[in-house]
Amino acid sequence: MSLLEEILRKGFFAVTAEVGPPKGTERSVIEKKCLQLRGYVDAVNITDNQTAIVRLSSFASCLIARECGIEPVMQMVCRDRNRIALQSDFLGACALGIENILCLTGDHQSMGNHPQAKNVFDVDSVQLLSIFHNMCEKKVFENGENVKGEVRAFLGAGENPFADPMEFRVYRLAKKIKAGAQFIQTQAVFDVEIFARFMEEVRKMGLHEQAYILAGVIPVKSLQAMRYMENEVPGLVIPTHLLRRMEKSKDPKEEGVKICVEIIGELKKIEGVRGVHIMAIAWESIVPEIVTRSNLYPRPSREVE
Amino acid sequence: MIVGERKPIGEIIGNLKAFQSVLILACGTCVTVCMSGGEKEARELAALLCLKGFTAQARVIERQCEPEFNLLLQEEIASYEVLLSLACGIGVQVLADGFPGKSVLPGLNTTFMGAPIRQGVWEERCSGCGDCTVHHFGNVCPITRCAKSLLNGPCGGSKGGKCEVKPERDCAWQLIYDRMNAQGRLEELLSIQPPKNWSSSRYGGQRKMFREDVTL
Ligand code: SF4
Ligand code: SF4
Repeated sequence: MSLLEEILRKGFFAVTAEVGPPKGTERSVIEKKCLQLRGYVDAVNITDNQTAIVRLSSFASCLIARECGIEPVMQMVCRDRNRIALQSDFLGACALGIENILCLTGDHQSMGNHPQAKNVFDVDSVQLLSIFHNMCEKKVFENGENVKGEVRAFLGAGENPFADPMEFRVYRLAKKIKAGAQFIQTQAVFDVEIFARFMEEVRKMGLHEQAYILAGVIPVKSLQAMRYMENEVPGLVIPTHLLRRMEKSKDPKEEGVKICVEIIGELKKIEGVRGVHIMAIAWESIVPEIVTRSNLYPRPSREVE
Repeated sequence: MIVGERKPIGEIIGNLKAFQSVLILACGTCVTVCMSGGEKEARELAALLCLKGFTAQARVIERQCEPEFNLLLQEEIASYEVLLSLACGIGVQVLADGFPGKSVLPGLNTTFMGAPIRQGVWEERCSGCGDCTVHHFGNVCPITRCAKSLLNGPCGGSKGGKCEVKPERDCAWQLIYDRMNAQGRLEELLSIQPPKNWSSSRYGGQRKMFREDVTL
């Protein structure tokens, strides 16, 4: 069982973070980020060519992360691989002991650095979850043939409570859980009110008892960064009062951390939220401070082991 | 209908570099309706090419995708060095099959199977997947109209009814949701659509259809 799964099962409030592999072969980039995060988070998500930009593969980066003593969550997107390649890589992950797998649809290639590429989208994230779930539970491939050997994974999915049509989001979450998602990492929460309403729906449907929900957060460094996210990141909503706070602040970095810590504080109080997922892309070094100031340090990792 | 767009004139002239006399062949079907490869467009192009020093003539073929229609112009075709087809890619190939020794150039970029949504605007509607299930999605095809072909959409980037990939495009899944909602059929969207069998689509290789009942 993965450490992340064990921590969640035991009822601890989980903390995960995110590491984006480099646009090249320098494994030191991943090592440095992982060493900064080690001890402060329970697992790190390794992104899979995020925003459709070619990077060191998620698979290889997961192994590097693990060598640094940190448990990886391998992200897999449906944009670049068909069901043959996805199942094959899943087998590879199982064989090498990468246990946490996050199934995502993936950003469209037109948003990345090879917009001329052909995409795949043979299956979508819900279908990918069900394929992996069946490989684990029924020991069969998508085509019904038997899988040999041990197949075990802690399957996760993303969900964006802020995207449209908002009324449908919780049902889409339900579909993912029905398909096999055991944990969920949400899009970054800035508007806690909307998120709390979403969680209310989640509880009404009992979904919080069927999967562990980790709320996403992003620490923001500057007003420009916040504006950029508001405008450019699909499905991210930032309330104006936060933009105003950043605008007024004399120390925007500190303000960004404060906002993030406050949001985590509020998220902790929402019933059904079982952890946070801190996406400090290109600012991984701030994660220990956020975790500490949110009273989430030390992590229970060692006790579990 | 099949929607096409005339190639830029610079590209057409570039492709005609080695030739002097050109017969421009309009097609009387889809591309006439979408105003890209009909008689009017062929005449305009002929006039333009004449100005550029070519010997150019325009003719219409009723349906270039059917060989019999192309044969009607056999004699005239023989007296030109090159044929410039303003039909869709199907028409170009059928025309070339009928005159295997002849140089044939495409004059259009065949873009998609779609429909006019208002004057001057066409939108793609079908990818010819070979296994139509559009009725499960409020008759809005997600394979064609969702940028990621999601069968269990919408993705996390749908905002204000628009697609994250191209904000000037409608999010197919918002349309699907609205239609199913209006029909009181939201329940149906809760069931998981299994992975699609793409073998009947183009991914299974070129497709061919036999129908004994109509063969001679
Ligand atoms: S489901 Fe297939 S056949 Fe039907 S509209 Fe979509 S692409 Fe065309
Ligand atoms: S925004 Fe809508 S149409 Fe665009 S990729 Fe996402 S689900 Fe598909």
